[in-house]
Amino acid sequence: MMAPLFSSKLLIVLLFGTLFGLILGVLPGLGPTTGGALILPFTMTLDPLSAIVLLTSIYCAGTYGGAITAVLINTPGTPAAAATCLDGYPLAQKGEAGRALGMATVSSTVGGIFSVIVLVFFAPVLAKLAYEFGQPEYFALAIFGLTMLASIGEGSPIKNLIAGAFGILISTIGKDFMTSIDRFTYGINELSVGIGFIPVVVGLFAISEMLTQSTLLDQVFKRVALKAVKLPSLDDYKKTWKTILRSSGIGSFIGVLPAEGGTVASLIGYSEAKRFSKEPEEFGKGSIEGIAGAEAANNAATGGAMVPTLALGIPGSATTAVILTGLIIHGVRPGPDLFREQPDFLYGIFGAMLIANVLFFIFGFFGAKLFARITLVPNKILWPMIFAVSVCGTYSLSQSIIDVWIMLFFGVLGFFMRRFGFSVVPVIIGLILGELVEGTLRQSLVIFDGNWLMFLTRPIALTFFILSLIALAFPLLRTKKQKD
Amino acid sequence: MNNVQNKKRANKSLPFFFKDEFKVFFVIIFFSTILLISTFTFDKVPPILNRGIQPATFPKGLLVLIMFLTTIIYYLSFKNPWKKEKKLPKPFFLTILSFILFVVISKTLDFFLAISVLSIFVSYNWGERRVFYLLLVGIIFPLVVFIFFEMILGLRFPPGIITNLYYY
Repeated sequence: MMAPLFSSKLLIVLLFGTLFGLILGVLPGLGPTTGGALILPFTMTLDPLSAIVLLTSIYCAGTYGGAITAVLINTPGTPAAAATCLDGYPLAQKGEAGRALGMATVSSTVGGIFSVIVLVFFAPVLAKLAYEFGQPEYFALAIFGLTMLASIGEGSPIKNLIAGAFGILISTIGKDFMTSIDRFTYGINELSVGIGFIPVVVGLFAISEMLTQSTLLDQVFKRVALKAVKLPSLDDYKKTWKTILRSSGIGSFIGVLPAEGGTVASLIGYSEAKRFSKEPEEFGKGSIEGIAGAEAANNAATGGAMVPTLALGIPGSATTAVILTGLIIHGVRPGPDLFREQPDFLYGIFGAMLIANVLFFIFGFFGAKLFARITLVPNKILWPMIFAVSVCGTYSLSQSIIDVWIMLFFGVLGFFMRRFGFSVVPVIIGLILGELVEGTLRQSLVIFDGNWLMFLTRPIALTFFILSLIALAFPLLRTKKQKD
Repeated sequence: MNNVQNKKRANKSLPFFFKDEFKVFFVIIFFSTILLISTFTFDKVPPILNRGIQPATFPKGLLVLIMFLTTIIYYLSFKNPWKKEKKLPKPFFLTILSFILFVVISKTLDFFLAISVLSIFVSYNWGERRVFYLLLVGIIFPLVVFIFFEMILGLRFPPGIITNLYYY
């Protein structure tokens, strides 16, 4: 599994990715998704395996990095670390920041490694199942992916559906891939090739975040000093090992579902840890189990989210949507054929994720104090620099200034979407899945001779449609239950 | 207590077109309608070459879906009004202005000059007053980025008054 990684180039990429991911994770507002989007254009200079190894190591380390800021300044470096704040910061305020970070580091590593094992065993099984899929099944699967995202993802399900439909709509701009007829181009030549992934991804994540930061300039962080990270004591392990394993399982499972991966996983991991705890009253006041539950779950979601991404080409989280974009721009088409034709490539990714989990444990353990200092870089210095990198990175892809303007447009749009409660993640996933959704729908209709009802005669497709309906009904039932 | 009631009354008395819910509803419906109308101008495939549905059908379906869902969220907002957002602060508008400046300068003068101007403008308006840091974000860092992209990644930037000094 590790063989493809034993090249000095890949190891350097892995080291760089892990360090970069940690830095991104520590900085509130950045995180692995925005960071992955920023680095995406640079990956064009790398071979496909190095590019994906870089992105996955950023994903693993960035997810963990969010815990450092959550514990020390009560601000999650990444949304997935939001639940870690609940107990991490109170524990740090009691003078036990090192213990809190030690537990976060150990549980993140265990969760991450657990999820890689799930990925190694589960992804090929799912890919084999996908051999049974024809065009109608892929269409139903893509619809299921989008409805799951709308249902479980952050915010209002209807707003998420609108955002997903908008993402698919963006994918229709340009020449129709089946008939070469122009759609929404309005005589602008540059639009006939469609809108690239990178300007949209960088705009929606990085530039919209820059605008968000411009509204938060008066925010003051209360930082807790960190002397050194401590490994948890034997008592801590005795208290938390069940929680870590349970949350690792929960995180891996949630990760497999197409949703917002780590964020949802950590919240469920945390609440389950509280439910099973002998001291639930300690939660929110500095419970070591709370930290373990949230951190094991959010890192376990990384491997889980890679399962549908690699096996089906359906991203399991926002960051895997960026990784999927990376795969596509490097000409790698995820799905069952990838497992049959390029096993070395896949094992390279699995191995890289495993090593990244070990590396962030080492870096986190010995370097958390240093990484914590990164939060001291003021936004007024950091974000203009990020802007320069975003602009050049976006321009570099097709050397078109129009791409930069598209990036700025989506940045402003993304800001207002977030402001009014529309998540930007479904837009990206809709954009990525757009061609799959439209292509498979149209090809299915050719097979069915235009008869839509024929979709219901395909058992797998029908199952996905039923699951989609359940996914859509789920938030309604949840709201009703809460009211009751 | 009286204050809260007064505020609620003030919100209720706000004309519907000033509320966020209506603004969002209006913007989405307005642009979706324009896009929907434009789909009727798409070329049609002759029946003999047509595979499945016409190229305009899928985007039409999506736009109708978006308009339908938008109407639902607007309807639901009568029962559950959205959280009222804080007013946007001055730095936000200045950042938007810097984007406009960036577009104008990159189009007319120079790409890197545009990056420098934006970086200094944003950094200054976000509160940075130290000259060294303004030079760092406005000149030193963009220069490092330029060297990285130009020399290491072999990228050629668009011509402009500063970039031409390097290229010619």
